[in-house]
Amino acid sequence: MKTIAEINQKIKNGKAVVVTAEEIIGIVDDKGYEEAAELVDVVTTGTFGPMCSSGVFINFGHSDPPIKMKTVSLNDVPAYAGLAAVDAYIGATEVSTTKGMEYGGGHVIQELVAGKDVKLRAFADGTDCYPRKSIETTINKYNVNQIYMYNPRNAYQNYPAATNSTKKTIYTYMGTLLPEFGNITYSTSGELSPLLNDPYYRTIGLGTRIFLGGGQGYVTWQGTQHNPGQARGENGVPLSLAGTIAVSGDLRDMSEDFIRAAVYEKYGVSLFVGIGIPIPIIDVEMLKYTAVRNSEIKTSLADKSGNEKLPETYTYEQLQSGSVEFRGEKVKTAPLSSISKAREIAGILKEWIEKGDFLLTEAVAPLPLENKVNKLEIREIKL
Amino acid sequence: MKKVKVKLHFPRKWISKPLMSEVISRYGIVFNILHADISYDSEGTLIAEITGEDEAVTDSLTYIDSVGVKYKLYNKSIILREDECIHCGACTAVCPSEALTMDKDNKLHFDKEKCLVCELCIKACPLRIISTEF
Ligand code: SF4
Ligand code: SF4
Repeated sequence: MKTIAEINQKIKNGKAVVVTAEEIIGIVDDKGYEEAAELVDVVTTGTFGPMCSSGVFINFGHSDPPIKMKTVSLNDVPAYAGLAAVDAYIGATEVSTTKGMEYGGGHVIQELVAGKDVKLRAFADGTDCYPRKSIETTINKYNVNQIYMYNPRNAYQNYPAATNSTKKTIYTYMGTLLPEFGNITYSTSGELSPLLNDPYYRTIGLGTRIFLGGGQGYVTWQGTQHNPGQARGENGVPLSLAGTIAVSGDLRDMSEDFIRAAVYEKYGVSLFVGIGIPIPIIDVEMLKYTAVRNSEIKTSLADKSGNEKLPETYTYEQLQSGSVEFRGEKVKTAPLSSISKAREIAGILKEWIEKGDFLLTEAVAPLPLENKVNKLEIREIKL
Repeated sequence: MKKVKVKLHFPRKWISKPLMSEVISRYGIVFNILHADISYDSEGTLIAEITGEDEAVTDSLTYIDSVGVKYKLYNKSIILREDECIHCGACTAVCPSEALTMDKDNKLHFDKEKCLVCELCIKACPLRIISTEF
């Protein structure tokens, strides 16, 4: 048993033993769980995948005379301005009014992260205290007051692999799916993935400090559609869609290496977000969870055309091999989430901790272990 | 020396004739098959790379044409801006020829030789870093 305070003391003394969620597997093979838990203090995780539920809050500062912005666009991508006068939120999937699906919120966010100027256009009705009715200028991440990412749902604990039962190619957020089960795509960093290494959220909770987009950020809430009640394997790992987290961090600390806009053909814009979470090895149980490997993590298979319910499940070891067997035939598999980037993130986080630049946090409150995911029912409006 | 990439379109009657060995022995070119979709008694296509002396390559193509096999030269090639690649793998989902694959370190591997210039990967890449070059 180790407390987080004890681990932090070791980090400050430069004595903490930090390994990545891949490296821990070899250590466990060598030494067993007990000895590994004694030896290792922190296991770092990482993921770099398209995360649609992402966006950025900006306070632009006041112009003279001031404006109470009603509609706002950044590089012709609409932002939500139904907040105080010069506060706005730009969502990753919003698309440009001039370029359509090829450019959107994700691209604006990437350009802001890169430190580039972005065109701001806003309109207002004009009030006694905010007389200005329109404004056109450029902003960047340095000349606004606050600019921070707030992503309502990131780092899905697990995600179903995708395929297509129809006779036509379909274009989805799970990539291009070829006809008649012509390919299978999947999106996870598997054994490196944060919430797959802490399946019951024993250490990851509200206030947990994390790697976010190249800087340091925090877990700020349960993510939307957080579904801890998903069926789990014997090792506690959910077998499909499960836990999620909301995260936040200062955009000024982020880098284009870990925040990247994405366009999925005929679907729209999304944003690759790099997240890494350190897991303190507080006991042997925690060590066992972090030693999970791709062959022990399973996921379901979804027909993205919505026509068939598929009973197949695969492990991430099978999916990562490049092909799996489906109804007696070999089907090509392809990832969508970058495992090499996830590995890089876990490595950077490890380095930060080793150098004493990143201390671990005690969660302020746990993520819920019970939560029901509701369906949106279509009901008669009797208001 | 010259290297061209061609798509050959075989009519039904020609499938069983030894066209390849014929051009190879006649003109001393290297005939490298990249992708074949041929079966007995039906039309077929074959994508190949022909390498040899300038004249030999031209003569081979003239010969291929003279025996009634239509060909199309690829004058485009695929350009991938590798420094911007995040190795997500989305492009490998659609590549029919294994020109785009993930290597054992989960990085994208692009084998230009195997590319059929089908252009499917261009729209499958969410970063839009794949294009064609003339
Ligand atoms: S064009 Fe792209 S998808 Fe087509 S064969 Fe070449 S690399 Fe593969
Ligand atoms: S889809 Fe684009 S970014 Fe992703 S691996 Fe292929 S070339 Fe690289």
